[in-house]
Amino acid sequence: MTSTIDRRSLLRAGAMGAAGLGWSGLFPAWAQTGSPGLRPQMPTLSGEDIRLTVGHSPFTVGGRNGHAITLNGVLPAPLIRLREGQNVRIHVENTLDEDTSIHWHGLILPFHMDGVPGISFPGILPKTTFTYEFPIVQNGTYWYHSHSGLQEQSGHYGPLVIDPADSDPVAYDREHVIVLSDWTFLHPHELFGKLKQQGGYFNRQRQTLAGLIGGEDELAHTMPLEERMMWGKMRMDPADIADVTGATYTFLVNGHGAAENWTGLFRPGERVRLRFINASAMTIFNIRIPGLPMTIVSADGQNVQPVETDEFQISVAETYDAIVTPTEDRAFTLVAESIDRSGMGRATLAPRMGMQAPVPPLRRKPVLGMKDMGMGGMDHGSMPGMDHGSGSMNHGMRDKSLVPDDVDVDVGVGVDMIAPMPVDRTGDRPLGLEDEPHRVLTYHDLAPLRPFHDKRQPTRSVDIHLTGNMERFMWSFDGKKLNEGAEPIRFARNERVRVNLINNSMMSHPIHIHGHFFELVTGMPAGNPVKHTVNVMPGGKASFDLTADAPGDWAFHCHLLYHMHAGMMNVVKVRPMDDEGEKA
Amino acid sequence: MKRSLLLVAASMFAWTSPAAAQETGHGAEHAPPASPATPGSSCTPEHAAMGHCTLQSTPSADPRAGHAAPEHQPSGAESSAPDCTPEHAAMGHCTPRASPASDPHAGHKAPEPSADPHAGHAMPGMAASDAPPVAPPPPEAFSGPEHAAATIFDPELFERKRQARLIEEHGGYVTAMFLADQLEYRARDGSDGYAWDVQAWHGGDYDKLWLKSEGEGVFGESPEEVEVQALYSRAIDPWFNLQAGVRHDFRPDPERTHLVLGIEGLAPYWFEIGGSLFLSDKGELAARFEAEYDQRITRKLILQPAVELDISAEDVPELGIGSGLSTAEMGLRLRYEFVPEFAPYIGVEYERAFGDTADFRRSDGEGIGGWSVLLGIRSWF
Repeated sequence: MTSTIDRRSLLRAGAMGAAGLGWSGLFPAWAQTGSPGLRPQMPTLSGEDIRLTVGHSPFTVGGRNGHAITLNGVLPAPLIRLREGQNVRIHVENTLDEDTSIHWHGLILPFHMDGVPGISFPGILPKTTFTYEFPIVQNGTYWYHSHSGLQEQSGHYGPLVIDPADSDPVAYDREHVIVLSDWTFLHPHELFGKLKQQGGYFNRQRQTLAGLIGGEDELAHTMPLEERMMWGKMRMDPADIADVTGATYTFLVNGHGAAENWTGLFRPGERVRLRFINASAMTIFNIRIPGLPMTIVSADGQNVQPVETDEFQISVAETYDAIVTPTEDRAFTLVAESIDRSGMGRATLAPRMGMQAPVPPLRRKPVLGMKDMGMGGMDHGSMPGMDHGSGSMNHGMRDKSLVPDDVDVDVGVGVDMIAPMPVDRTGDRPLGLEDEPHRVLTYHDLAPLRPFHDKRQPTRSVDIHLTGNMERFMWSFDGKKLNEGAEPIRFARNERVRVNLINNSMMSHPIHIHGHFFELVTGMPAGNPVKHTVNVMPGGKASFDLTADAPGDWAFHCHLLYHMHAGMMNVVKVRPMDDEGEKA
Repeated sequence: MKRSLLLVAASMFAWTSPAAAQETGHGAEHAPPASPATPGSSCTPEHAAMGHCTLQSTPSADPRAGHAAPEHQPSGAESSAPDCTPEHAAMGHCTPRASPASDPHAGHKAPEPSADPHAGHAMPGMAASDAPPVAPPPPEAFSGPEHAAATIFDPELFERKRQARLIEEHGGYVTAMFLADQLEYRARDGSDGYAWDVQAWHGGDYDKLWLKSEGEGVFGESPEEVEVQALYSRAIDPWFNLQAGVRHDFRPDPERTHLVLGIEGLAPYWFEIGGSLFLSDKGELAARFEAEYDQRITRKLILQPAVELDISAEDVPELGIGSGLSTAEMGLRLRYEFVPEFAPYIGVEYERAFGDTADFRRSDGEGIGGWSVLLGIRSWF
């Protein structure tokens, strides 16, 4: 493997002058195409002292040059590989002219090391170095990224893998890290401005008259005219699946576009562990490897009981580990299709470099249905006596009386709908995969390998409404953007709480809490999966049981970057700080 | 291969291992000793499963109550109301027998009237013990420092960054937009002319400074109409803005200044509409109503019907305006969006004067209306 290091540093040195080679210097070794996979001796960052430098870099994809904000000059950032039980000091030098930060996504650590400016610490000021120091108390697949402004969109993210202190319950011969992300040549602030100017700006796959008459549009087949009218009356677009799409995004696998075809190698018969990390700013991906079933062994870094599937959806900020066992001496295409089918990330698993498998075409774009409107199971016209086109139903879409009295939801400018009848959708197939003929993973398929340590029943519930206005691109919790003085979410230390996330919008929201893992309440007999991020489907609900065992202040937000930036963020405060309160 | 077989075998075992060994199973519950949630109403488990009431669990000494294995008692999922039709179940009102793992939140927000104040949001599906009431945090949650990080880092720096980097950067975005909705050449009988309708705004989600200008004229002559509006715009609901400010007409002669009160936004069925009231410095009251609609023919080809009506409360002879509906314009523009920000268009417009306005025009020897063929550009950034 030393030859890899040499070749890499040579390439990097050469990149200064040789434009043609320039881009390969931008990848860490594990992300370079033709990667044989991760080996202990790979040039990753490990040990007790790790140095990262935040700076500007050029980034090239699809033959086009852009500007990136990177760590140690590479995109994605270097793989940090640690071992459970060790301590780590990570020195982060900021060479930018603006503040930066690193949040260690999914790591259990003291609150002041969590890396969120204004919550955990002041941030890393320009031309200064901040040293994070914390013990590693867990294992699994995680990642890290900036929590400052919109830097994450520009490349400020990387994978973090922690090996278990004891033997790994997951057996594998080889592993690859698969960092999924979305890249734009637009400046992130310009991109955000477009969304504010015209909420549907990046949706270039709207329903059209020609599509309707010609029968090309999905809606022409499935949606009765009166229901189409209802969407129009509500000023909602059933084709609004993703706010930012392939119209501007290039979808990356380990920093490579589809044409660059990142390739991970295997020997036929090996058990290959794929560590999927969705480090996107805005893109939810559907993952499949045609011809190769995947056995999910871990979600959000937490081992789950192995479950085999043909396709799974990975929301923003989630991680999944999958075992694949290719036995044939041939290539397989790894397809990461964006949820709105506006593009795909593509990679190849192959026994040798240069091999390729067919790349399936993008599938038909999904459209939203009644359930996504928050009308529960009332599917297309199945409700006799419910007049879909009527004004009364429309009125119901913003009826404040639907919000429980004891929940303070500000149904104002920033709330364009209140789901009239949201239902738990954690057992639903993910959006757009309802009718796939093969197996598709749902949250109900996930069960912890070991039961969660806290067996107590929650003592109270907290309802949190996910609210927004698509037209104005305003996003919030309970109708209040963070800058509008949202009241923090307060938990008593070691309190066990049931948190109900109620999605009053027609977008998916990956909701992430810092500093804690929660049990996603699936109600399945094998137990609730343990996660740090849960994707709440449009018009649906998801509940989690949280043990608030980490004193301090923590971020709680939608992990769609521009939703968070638009205000869908709050602070969780766990008190008291000292151990006095540790009696529950 | 051997290993994967083992793995599969292991997973099979895990899935089928006795549920009694699985301590976190929420899927199956004791049927807790049912006591009526509300006096006088009989809250059966079935009824509770429908979300119509809440079972009260007797406080149990066993901290794992509610985690028991399915074989102990029929689970909530399996006990379903006999009249639970699929339609009814689909609404979340009850749990059908067939569903192997019923939604524990079924009926969570079923809007049925209920005697129990918690029934609307507590979790009725599986058992009351699984559904603690919505409650405020206990008192100790309010103890300690308000901002934990201020006890570790320089409090002044932290507070400054908290305001700038946390509060302001999560919802406080301020931006601007310029839109040339119409910028067009008008070919018609007699001399050809031109027209514009442009606007620009700057601000956040609620408050904006909004500038509008429209005007028209004939080539080779001084413009017939030039007006500029400067408005403060306030969002009043998800789709509409209330706007107030001033309007000044540089043409026609004599110039006028008006106070403006208007509303504009997106109406149901995606109609962009706007209405304004104008009170001039001469005390004349007028109103304007505008509506337009974007019909997407293909992804880039858009047909936009538009209508504008001008109404006056009184005759203003010096401006050639009559009371009532003075003029109406109806346009149809077909634009091609090379990119959303730039779209050339062709179109037609019919403009007509009514009532006294028409009479004023006739007495000036002008026509009262007619067709124009339009060629223009719609652009924004």
